[in-house]
This record gives sequence, C-alpha cells and structure tokens, in this order.
Amino acid sequence: MVDPRLSIVNKRLAKVKKIIAVSSGKGGVGKSLIASTLALILSKRGHRVGLLDLDFTGPSTHVILNTEGYSPKEEEGVIPPEAHGMKYMSIVYYTRDQPTPMRGEDMSNAIIELFAITRWEALDFLIIDMPPGIADATLDMIRLIERIGFLIVTTPSKLAFETVEKLILLLKDLKIPIVGIVENMKMKESNFIREEAEEQNIPYLGEISFDPWVEDSIGDVDKLLQTEFAQNVRKTTSNILQLNP
Amino acid sequence: MAEAVNSAAVEVGEKEGLKEITELNIRIGRLQQIDLKIFEFALSHLRVPMLKNAKFNLKIVEAELKCRACEHGWSFNPEDLGQDASESVHFIPEVAHVYVKCPKCGSPDFEIITGRGVWIESIKGVR
Repeated sequence: MVDPRLSIVNKRLAKVKKIIAVSSGKGGVGKSLIASTLALILSKRGHRVGLLDLDFTGPSTHVILNTEGYSPKEEEGVIPPEAHGMKYMSIVYYTRDQPTPMRGEDMSNAIIELFAITRWEALDFLIIDMPPGIADATLDMIRLIERIGFLIVTTPSKLAFETVEKLILLLKDLKIPIVGIVENMKMKESNFIREEAEEQNIPYLGEISFDPWVEDSIGDVDKLLQTEFAQNVRKTTSNILQLNP
Repeated sequence: MAEAVNSAAVEVGEKEGLKEITELNIRIGRLQQIDLKIFEFALSHLRVPMLKNAKFNLKIVEAELKCRACEHGWSFNPEDLGQDASESVHFIPEVAHVYVKCPKCGSPDFEIITGRGVWIESIKGVR
C-alpha cells in the first residue's frame, strides 16, 4: 500500500524559499496573532508570503485577518486566495467555521491532504500558524516538511516556559532548526526568557509588550498594523530577516 | 491527486528497480468523490516515461464509518450531504466530522473504517 499524497507534499512546497512554523508548547501565548502579523509585515516589506492556519480544531487567523468571502480556486489542486497581499489558506474554507472534532489520525490525514492539494507556487516565506502542543500537527510537520524551521512563542511566565521548553527539547533532539524565540505579552522587566534562550543556544528574537488595545484591532488589518504590538513584531521580523537572509 | 499517484508510482518503481511499470491497481475512497473517468484521463494525461504503457485499474472503496461512542457502524455516501458540504469533504475528507453524525446516537466522534484517501494497492512492472 502506498499513500501517493506523501510523495507530492514537498513538491508542492518546492518553490517556497523559507517555511516557518510559529509554534509553542503552550496555548494562549499569541501564536496566531504573531503568525498573522509577521506574515502581514513580511508582505508589506515586499516579500511573497503565504499564511497557513494549521490549528484545525481552533483556527483563528481568519478572524484576525477578516477573510470572510475569500475561497480557494480549484485548479489541479487548490490555489489559496490572496488576502491582504498574501496567499492565505485555512481549513475554515471547508468547515464553514463549524466545530471540527478530530482525533489524531484524522488530524494527520487532514494535514497531509491540505499540503497535498494546496498549490503555493513561488513564495519567499510560508508562515504556518501551528496548534498548541507537541502532538500530531508538530510531529507531522517534523516528519513531512523538509526545510521547516520553528519560531517559538512564549510568554514571560515560568509556567508557560515549562511547557515551551519541552517543544524546544524535542526539536533540538530531532535536530530540527529553531528560528528563534519570541517573548510575547511582556508586562514587566525580566531576563528570564532571554537567559533561557541563551542557555539553550537559541536566538532571542525580541519581546512584545502586552498591548491591551490589540484586541480592538482583531478583524481590521490596518488597525492591527498600527498597534504597539505590530511595532514590536516589526522588530522581531527584522531580527528574523537578519538571522535568515 | 493524479500527479501524486504518478509521482509515487515512479518512486516505488525506482526503488524496486523497474524499467517500466505495466499495471497499477489504485483504490479510491468514496469520500474523495473522484470521477473515475476524469481521474483516468488525468493519470494518462500526466503519463511519465516509466508509466507510458501502464494500465490503470481503478476501484472505488465504499465509505464505512463506525461510531466511537456507541459502536454503531454505517455506510455513508458524501453525495447525500448537499453540494457545499460534499465538496468540502471531497477536498479534505476528514471534515466529514463537521457534517456527519452517528445516525444512532448523534455523536460526531466516529472512525472512518474504509473509504478515505487514494492509494496504490499494487504495481506490476518489468525489471
């Protein structure tokens, strides 16, 4: 028995220069907002960008970007629509934003299927918004996607980092590239995450202050890009570009 | 999908040291809702050198689902879902969990026993 999808996944990504999975062991640390804003900023800087929401059971980038009305075009696979200057793909096109209760094997199959059917074409960056944890989606990305790098998001919380560190250890153990670590929702001075990054020999890509106004910008991309949050993500983006020319 | 089948067949052929693939037995899950004539045309249209004389034997595998909550099993045809939902299942069969519930207990927690995916069951060729 041969599953033909597996042979085409990396061919579909052949014209993508850099693949960055925005990931965290922990939920609620701001992965989707960072992934969306990072993709928008890269696109505004003239890069060809794709954004893929891989959080199948809790997708949210479509809400952040307000992509209602967009849908992929079927043509020897599917071509993601262009939203805010970037190619945007999410399972919500197929779930109509309804609850999507999937167990591990179904999740894996859906991930493979999505990569097998999606024609990304030429991109400088494909940003993947990962679900929390180190379960199926993370393991499938590691197993299936050549050239993937992980951008790790944490908060300053020791409790959050306790879980995030497990993702770091897993990636290091499997020799999967780590783009760096971003410290989100910072509310007071602390070197805890910076020191942990140094100890793990991972680039510290910057801190993002807790911005109480970012919530008001959800669904309004122009407003989002004017927030202090986006300003901080711009610095992080510059650091990513500097380290990954 | 035709591109993927051809590509996977060539990979297997090369691994097995085949000069030419003469026959492929391909199974297609009902959930994929693939039109066999169109699929066969696409497979032939994309024909790569190793498959130039290959015969494609295509067979549909019906969808059988089993509820994890009450263990009820049933047959399912995605075309019964209505156009939008069945089209979604065509692209990503696992989104059936959004549109299908166990007819006995109403749970969306079911297992797709058969009828998902496209796979190459066997290949015949010349060394």
